Amino acid sequence: MIQCKDVTFTYPAQEGREAQAALEGVNLTIEKGSFVAVLGHNGSGKSTLAKHMNAVLLPSGGTVTVDGMDTRDEALLLEIRRRVGMVFQNPDNQIVANVVEEDVAFAPENLGVPTAEIRRRVDDALRAVGMADFARHAPHLLSGGQKQRVAIAGIIAMAPEVIVLDEATAMLDPVGRREVLATIHKLHREQGITVVLITHHMDEALEADRVVVMDGGAIAMDGAPREIFTQVERLHSLGLAAPDTAELLHLLRSAGAQMPPDAMTAAECADAIANWLGK
Amino acid sequence: MLKDITLGQFFPGDTFLHRLDPRIKLVCVVLYIVALFNAASPLTYGVMFLALAVAVTLSRVPLRALTRGLKAVYIIVLFTAVMNLFFTPGTALGATWLGRHITAEGVRAAVAMVLRIVMLITGTFLLTYTTSPISLTDALESLLRPLKKLRFPVHELAMMMSIALRFIPTLIEETDKIISAQKARGADFESGSLLRRARALVPILVPLFISAFRRADELATAMECRCYHGGQGRTALHVLRCRAVDWAVLALCALLPAAVITMKILGL
Repeated sequence: MIQCKDVTFTYPAQEGREAQAALEGVNLTIEKGSFVAVLGHNGSGKSTLAKHMNAVLLPSGGTVTVDGMDTRDEALLLEIRRRVGMVFQNPDNQIVANVVEEDVAFAPENLGVPTAEIRRRVDDALRAVGMADFARHAPHLLSGGQKQRVAIAGIIAMAPEVIVLDEATAMLDPVGRREVLATIHKLHREQGITVVLITHHMDEALEADRVVVMDGGAIAMDGAPREIFTQVERLHSLGLAAPDTAELLHLLRSAGAQMPPDAMTAAECADAIANWLGK
Repeated sequence: MLKDITLGQFFPGDTFLHRLDPRIKLVCVVLYIVALFNAASPLTYGVMFLALAVAVTLSRVPLRALTRGLKAVYIIVLFTAVMNLFFTPGTALGATWLGRHITAEGVRAAVAMVLRIVMLITGTFLLTYTTSPISLTDALESLLRPLKKLRFPVHELAMMMSIALRFIPTLIEETDKIISAQKARGADFESGSLLRRARALVPILVPLFISAFRRADELATAMECRCYHGGQGRTALHVLRCRAVDWAVLALCALLPAAVITMKILGL
């Protein structure tokens, strides 16, 4: 689906700042239908990588292809952006219109979709994110989580194959985060949309199929959540914390307790501790 | 505190006036204004008032909302009234000091001016009360479309207007936040001379501008990500369509300036 080959990227020098390499040889393939979480501390290059996936940024070296289409090809730009939708951090700064349904219609309008089809897509998209009741509302009166769901609906209306969420939950309260995550998981499950979730919340990555950890503009770890999160010390060395459950088991283990190496969810964690206490 | 600002507030509704094509409404308001400025005799003012009364009744906008709109301009109304009252040459009204300075023509001119301004404001407010900002910009884009041939950036202008409208509440909210933050650090906006108070606004405006530019940058990226590439080949969710009723209303409104001008010529 999305293929990054030896991607390097350098932010151009600005006043008082030297040119800064943000990506240094990233090789990554996002499979169709997968749910990939990309983790990394601030400045690890995860957002820069995300912006390469729909040609917002073009690689300084190497290539990024979406379904075989090179992102550097101007002629394919619209098609690439239609296939790879992107949701950003601040919901206020990505809502264009002052009526919810008008905003959701923005992308299909840009794509020249006929009016009747826009109507259908807008209704479907709003239903998919559970915001159908708010179609005629003003976006500034919605909560953060609702706004972000409207932004997601605006992407769904393009009929994309991939949604890239660039720290889309970072500005939300816990309720809003749960709403948005539930929506994303639903879209992944029911519509088979490929999801790339850029985040620094470990617990959001727990339910992904695959976790990619970035550090210093390169991929430091890549694997299933279980493989990644059991390597607690390695995560610490990359400036990240493991999910609370993994951290707890790690502490118990280093205190001498016998803990299964792959317990990850809260239930597994509780079982493991109960077993150990029972002994 | 800033939330009270009403900028052509929209009253959602489903009346005849709400359903009218916004382009027709816009043209009708222009025709109404032309007629209003040609009205001179009490009879013509009567006709204008009748037309306005019919429109207000149809809109079902509460009268209180209309008078609230007038509150914003009462100083201007008062000022023009006083100016007309005292500075229109003509026959003096009486022997007292006041009587010597106020002329009969002055009284008439003052009443006419006040009526004109009040009816002008009410008429245009009625447009914004019954038309959502987004259909208003749609209407403007549609009406200005012929100018595209002259390379006038019609779509861009309409897009800028609707984005500006979209961000007014967001920026007001942000201003409130900045004011609170500065107050929390001991900033004083309420006391001192006018100059002092004006200067106190600088620490509000600077962060507001910086954040507005950042927002603009992020919005531009988000719009590009949603395949925005100018007005070319764009379709719309809501297509404006003129029905027979719309044309009929337009014809009726066109009669208004025609009637008023004819009456003026006939000296009625």
